[in-house]
Amino acid sequence: MNGFLTLLYKELLRFWKVGFQTIFAPMLSALLYLLIFSHALEERVQAYPGVTYTVFLIPGLVIMAMLQNAFANSSSSLIQSTVSGNHIFMLLSPLSYQEIFTAYVLASVVRGLVVGLGICVVTLAFFELPLYSFAWVFAFALIGTALLGALGIIAGIWAEKFEQLAALQNFIVLPLTFLSGVFYTIPSLPPFWRELSYMNPFFYMVDGFRYGFFRTSDVSPYLSLGILVAWFLAVSWCTLRMLKAGYKIRK
Amino acid sequence: MTPAIEIKQVHKRFGTLHALCGVDLEINAGEFFALLGPNGAGKTTLINIIAGLALASSGSVRVMGHDVVTGYREARRMLGVVPQELVFDPFFTVRETLVFQSGYYGLKKNNNWIDEIIHHLDLADKADTNMRLLSGGMKRRVLVAQALVHKPPVIVLDEPTAGVDVELRQALWRFIKQLNRNGHTIVLTTHYLEEAETLCNRVAMLKNGSIVVLDSVRNLISNISGHRIRLRLSPDTLPAALQLLTISHDQGYYVLAIEEYSQLGNVMTALHAAQTRILDLQILQPDLEEVFVKLMHGTENLESTSI
Repeated sequence: MNGFLTLLYKELLRFWKVGFQTIFAPMLSALLYLLIFSHALEERVQAYPGVTYTVFLIPGLVIMAMLQNAFANSSSSLIQSTVSGNHIFMLLSPLSYQEIFTAYVLASVVRGLVVGLGICVVTLAFFELPLYSFAWVFAFALIGTALLGALGIIAGIWAEKFEQLAALQNFIVLPLTFLSGVFYTIPSLPPFWRELSYMNPFFYMVDGFRYGFFRTSDVSPYLSLGILVAWFLAVSWCTLRMLKAGYKIRK
Repeated sequence: MTPAIEIKQVHKRFGTLHALCGVDLEINAGEFFALLGPNGAGKTTLINIIAGLALASSGSVRVMGHDVVTGYREARRMLGVVPQELVFDPFFTVRETLVFQSGYYGLKKNNNWIDEIIHHLDLADKADTNMRLLSGGMKRRVLVAQALVHKPPVIVLDEPTAGVDVELRQALWRFIKQLNRNGHTIVLTTHYLEEAETLCNRVAMLKNGSIVVLDSVRNLISNISGHRIRLRLSPDTLPAALQLLTISHDQGYYVLAIEEYSQLGNVMTALHAAQTRILDLQILQPDLEEVFVKLMHGTENLESTSI
């Protein structure tokens, strides 16, 4: 097994070993959202013509959970390592910074996909969800979780204390995901909030992901994908620069 | 022959703090070498730079001929580091920890060697125990095992026996001595000077980020000329003739410095003349601790402080 695969495997095993907390807990909270919002809003809101609110909501909740868990995976793994100091074992090894980056991003992607798949499977037992194109669904799941995985690396290395990471999660990641159109369509917003939403990268993940199910979206999925790829490249470049320079980890 | 570790003009600055001030050091392959110095002298910083855990502000370090920055992959394969802190990954068992560490170095089918180190370090019945549940001493052993998992020719131990009980300390040294006999280069830092004295060929002493002395243990000790004798007297007063030789008077014991053993006769005569009885007499051998104390507390160099 080469070094990169070992690190990837270790990262996968890490969240798998605490799967109750890393997989089932987020599945449960997504399902609770679905239960509550669909009960409260089913009769009142119709987002897309011919699509009930609950069915509209499902892909949004799925991608939201995927994104949050992708971010949580790399960031919590890294902060636990840097706070306890066991990250040195990785740093002492011949692993390159590119390998470290790729392993953490991939582990985040896998955790995101596992959580998303879990929610899909459970909800499909109760609701009928159309699937227009698996390729689009998968493409947005992949780019979204990869982007959040890379952001999680930056956050996990930058944060020196758990509070700092929690602050990032509560004041940046959570609002951005909630305000990305998971629960509503962007054209339904007042103009100011609509314009602001177009600056939120999470919006493109939700919108594009939903397109894969309903073949309806606020903006073209090609545009969304292009914007997300650009975001991913920019964030990856920053993350790689950080890892290469040893920011905060190689003193 | 390529030196095991070659350090050239290494400087390290943390903001305004100049932690290492141009360190030059060559450690030969096969040596058992100690890096000594008080807390804050820069030992761990130097080790971190060798290991790639810190980056030098300037200067270069090579491990078995491989630069630790430009040839980091090879350099790190050559090096095993036992860190000072008891760090561990609480998600995994002892064996998982070792298998992962081995995998980071790209080693396949390393299980025989992993079993061997588990056995040598007496970890066999803890192999499948989670790291969290191990005692401090056991965690220390796992750290040693992790450093050895890729069979590095150079092993660096940063205070390996700090906070370790006597039995484990002895077991660790036996194991490390055996590694040294098998050809591994050993570099250690320690606060126990008698360990450095009995184990090491050469020592470097670091003070405020500079190497103040670099020599074999034997040379360092023999550079301290003269001997010490420790006396308890009745009555507890020293004849005036011997006052000049006094180094200390503590808890009823006088410590006197003499140039050579023949001077003992003079001491006896003086005591006899003053009708002072000797209740106890010990002859003290100079040791590394004495060298260390002199270097660290004096501003002078070794030669000028020799008596």
